Amino acid sequence: MIALADELIRWDWVFSHGQEIWSRFVQHVELTVIAVGVGLLISFPLAIVAHRHRFLYTPIAWFTGLLYTIPSIALFVILLPITGLSYTTAEIGLVSYTLLILIRNTVVGLSGVPEDVKEAARGMGYTQRELLWRVELPLALPAIMAGIRIAVVSTIGLVTVAALIGRGGLGQFILEGLQTFFNTEILLGAVLSVALALAADAALLGAQRVLTPWSRTGGPRTRPFIPWKKPGFPIG
Amino acid sequence: MISLEGVSKQFRGSRRLAVSNLSLEISEGETVVLVGPSGCGKTTTMRMINRLIEPSAGTILVDGKDVMKQDPVILRRGIGYVIQSIGLLPHRTVAQNIATVPKLADWDDRRIDARVDELMETFGLDPELKDRYPSELSGGQRQRVGVARALAVDPPVMLMDEPFAAVDPIVRARLQDEFLGIQERLRKTIVFVTHDIDEAIKMADRIAILNIGGILEQYAPPEEILRAPANAFVEDFVGAERGLKRLALIKVAEIGVEDGPVVDREASSEEALRVMEKFGYDWATVVDEGRLLGWVDRGSLDGRPSLADVPPRRFSAYVTADSSLREALDAIVTNQTNVAVVAGDGDRYLGILTVERISQEIVSS
Repeated sequence: MIALADELIRWDWVFSHGQEIWSRFVQHVELTVIAVGVGLLISFPLAIVAHRHRFLYTPIAWFTGLLYTIPSIALFVILLPITGLSYTTAEIGLVSYTLLILIRNTVVGLSGVPEDVKEAARGMGYTQRELLWRVELPLALPAIMAGIRIAVVSTIGLVTVAALIGRGGLGQFILEGLQTFFNTEILLGAVLSVALALAADAALLGAQRVLTPWSRTGGPRTRPFIPWKKPGFPIG
Repeated sequence: MISLEGVSKQFRGSRRLAVSNLSLEISEGETVVLVGPSGCGKTTTMRMINRLIEPSAGTILVDGKDVMKQDPVILRRGIGYVIQSIGLLPHRTVAQNIATVPKLADWDDRRIDARVDELMETFGLDPELKDRYPSELSGGQRQRVGVARALAVDPPVMLMDEPFAAVDPIVRARLQDEFLGIQERLRKTIVFVTHDIDEAIKMADRIAILNIGGILEQYAPPEEILRAPANAFVEDFVGAERGLKRLALIKVAEIGVEDGPVVDREASSEEALRVMEKFGYDWATVVDEGRLLGWVDRGSLDGRPSLADVPPRRFSAYVTADSSLREALDAIVTNQTNVAVVAGDGDRYLGILTVERISQEIVSS
């Protein structure tokens, strides 16, 4: 609860805690990068297997979907007796939430590769492996990057929850602020984590643009759906 | 160059054969068109040659070697492949697309660049297009890039599955003509699949007409298929204008021309009239030392002693020895006459071609 009488933000506190803000910010970034990185390492092969052998997609999607539905606080509590108040506990939780998003998007991206492109590539003598690495994955990249962006942004949000087990990066400020009714800390944690999420999203979008120059050149497929730009929309 | 011996294909879960006991010999440098209704197994047959589909029975030899005993990847790199939708790699530029197989074959960059430039020129692709992505090209340009890409490592054999079907008829006709010109020089061994009999007639050295289930109904040059369809299926598939289509394949020079009324420009009117009389026409061709000048009719000679006084009129129904009979017929009909004059090199008068003679050619088939 925010105490209204209190000043909304105390800049002197902010400036005197520069060191701590920085280290928690770095921790936040680390937790996110490791979570999405490990998530990618796990989900990437699983997605490829699911793409090659369609019947495996359902169980994989089911299991990662199950992980995704476990409330994060509950998951941390379940893991506490096993892995304790550690980075491992935090990362297990964070990684499990990225899997569904990353696998889904990768599989969607791979299955969106046009059949005629694959047929032509096979006919020209691409091996299965060359087809995957030089044709299917590059063409799935926009979808894979979209998955990574969602995973990164949602992980940055979830890291704050891991403050409950003492490994929450900027979430630490929010938790402390809530416990001590100190608005400055709550705002600081919230604003910085939102800013981090926005910046990471923009950076990844930029990276995607650089990595997929062909998708900038046209084709209605790549345009986002914007309702008020559709013909017939009442307030066009 | 390519030989199919008793090849059959039965797809899993299907009781019918997609291709039944098919044998075909395709010679080096020959364009063979597989044509037939959908379900006749023409694409399946083609795809068995580069093992995108494996035959259930029979043997396929390419250049004397059994395809089933080769690494399919190596086999495919040595066979040009073009499909209807072209399947250009959307994430690669035009130059990179053309360089696909050379790159797989580990050519060095300089050789690849030179080859790409050469092919782009051959196919009339502006060098500016090199760095464009396929989504930025017109339909015709995409088809050209697709065929250029298939020729990149100069494979002796090309498989083409309706390569010109995805563009409008005008562009298609142009691409066909261009490709015929290129093939004239390259002399590749080509297996070409289409459902369009007119395209088959135009592109083929020999046509294999397939029936449902991959049964070979006739395998012959286009002219023979039109002249002597093996059975009712072929006759029906070739269509109602069989005679007219065949005329397009026969050159005027092949059936020979007839003598017609012809006089020298110095001749007297009297002689001109005698010549007209002899051939039963009321006009005569005027030549100058064998060179075609035009024609005069009986009426214009009235009261004039010599042809030198009568300016000859230009022929409108005019064909050359290299024209097809179809073109000759078109010239005759559109000019509301029944005779066309035939000229050879340098406008030399060769004779005349009558509508009766052309129709005789149709009937004799």
